Amino acid sequence: MAKQDSKPMMIQASGLTHYYGPYAAIEDVSFNVERGEVLGFLGPNGAGKTTTMRILTGYMPPTRGKVTLDNYDIVEQSLEVRRKVGYLPETVPLYTDMSVSTYLKYMGTLRQMPPKNIKRRIAEVIDVCRLGDYRSSQIGKLSKGFRQRVGIAQAILHEPEVLVLDEPTIGIDPIQVVETRKLIQDLGKEQTVVLSSHILPEVSMICDRVLIINEGKIVAEDTPSNLAERLQGSEQMEVEIGGPVSQVLPALRAMPGVANASHRSTQGKELYTIQATDGKDLRDEISRAVIGGGWSLLSMQTMGMSLEEIFLRLTTHEEL
Amino acid sequence: MRTVQAVAWKEIQIYFSSPTAYIVAMIFLALASFFFVRDLSNPFPQASMSSFFQGATIILILLAPTLTMRLLAEEQKLGTIELLLTSPVRDWEVVVGKYLASLVFLTGTIAPTVYYVVLLAIFADPDPGPIWAGYLGLVLYGAAALSIGLLTSTLTNNQIIAAVVAMGILLLLFFANFAADLFEPGGLAATIITEIGMQSHFDDFDRGVIDTKNIAYYLLVITFFIFVSIRALESRRWR
Repeated sequence: MAKQDSKPMMIQASGLTHYYGPYAAIEDVSFNVERGEVLGFLGPNGAGKTTTMRILTGYMPPTRGKVTLDNYDIVEQSLEVRRKVGYLPETVPLYTDMSVSTYLKYMGTLRQMPPKNIKRRIAEVIDVCRLGDYRSSQIGKLSKGFRQRVGIAQAILHEPEVLVLDEPTIGIDPIQVVETRKLIQDLGKEQTVVLSSHILPEVSMICDRVLIINEGKIVAEDTPSNLAERLQGSEQMEVEIGGPVSQVLPALRAMPGVANASHRSTQGKELYTIQATDGKDLRDEISRAVIGGGWSLLSMQTMGMSLEEIFLRLTTHEEL
Repeated sequence: MRTVQAVAWKEIQIYFSSPTAYIVAMIFLALASFFFVRDLSNPFPQASMSSFFQGATIILILLAPTLTMRLLAEEQKLGTIELLLTSPVRDWEVVVGKYLASLVFLTGTIAPTVYYVVLLAIFADPDPGPIWAGYLGLVLYGAAALSIGLLTSTLTNNQIIAAVVAMGILLLLFFANFAADLFEPGGLAATIITEIGMQSHFDDFDRGVIDTKNIAYYLLVITFFIFVSIRALESRRWR
């Protein structure tokens, strides 16, 4: 978390919990998003992605927890937050009996844009989202892919600082998926983007950083390339060892079958993260080595397994 | 205020571009003219709009909810409410904007009946007092009916349920006079029930009497139901 000081944070969420009746959709979710970053929420269906997005956009408050967006509290200063956010809900809800340009004009007025800007921006977003031939078409008559574009157009219309996109490529055809991803990548160069997806390659392609969410909890946070590494079957373990770090760490690294070992200390605990090559089970060897070295083995747990189970439920391959 | 105007304007445009609203307006005018003509077909006709006004209130009980049922129920059904409420718009601005749109359309529906007044003025010598008072009463009555319809539309995503429940409430308020008959005339219970009912407050207008008490009653009903609608919309935040 050393990064926290170096770059300004756009979104800071801590301890988000939301209950639907007795059922917790998300539990104790915390994360930060840097200004200009593209963050992906990756998780199987029903993991709590939409709930998180709805909280971020101020549609509903969390049962517990706190979110600030550009230092505005999402519940207390909801109006300021909503001015800064552009949102594309998963179902792309649009007024089907309005034409594209009338709809965009309406959304612009709701976002309190000056009338002059509305006109200029409508022309721009129609261009960016390539809706040129459809500006006076009735939304209800457009195909799903074009409605998706209208949805993105309204989300970026007021030049929001944060763009929240819930499953932006769901239900559209492969060519349009490619186009939409390209568009999001372009937008991500200037804006902070938070998007959710259940497709691993999509998130790897677009995002700077990925949060994996499962059953309402964040189970991993990493860059797309590191995630891909984890997926390739190397087992990861976290071991707490009592002993001098200067001796323990080299010894671990020297062990056969260890791909990488790193050390960190939290709350007085000396924790070592060990990656095994080829998914080998090293528990036996490590415990022997620790005892043999005269140190004490305080805890040991594998980390890779649970992640892999989640990955199994994700869409990891795409056929385009 | 600009957002209230934007919400209202969008709804007005939808009213004027959808067949539902035209059918409602057409049925209102057809039935209202029946009440107008019926009174004039007596052997000793009076140059009065009384029968028209009484009939119009009953028609409004059935038609006002069909004008309001779409307003918020449809947004909830389509999910467009999610984009509406994540825009920097206050909940009251949404509710008031939609209410004003329905009021504008209803007033526009009632307006053509001024034609009957013109006819009366040409062929007879009507007393203008009860007519203008009656129109004021009718608009207030309609406005109150719309506010009730707006609330039920806020509470459900099903337009039929919204309309039927609003009609139920309006009919209940219409029949309050009859319920009062069950109690001792002039007694406390009878008075309270009569005062709650919508119809007793309308009769004075129909007689040409503009009583502050009656205006206050309708304004109170409107304010109350709009206030509860705003609260109901906000309630998603703590549900």
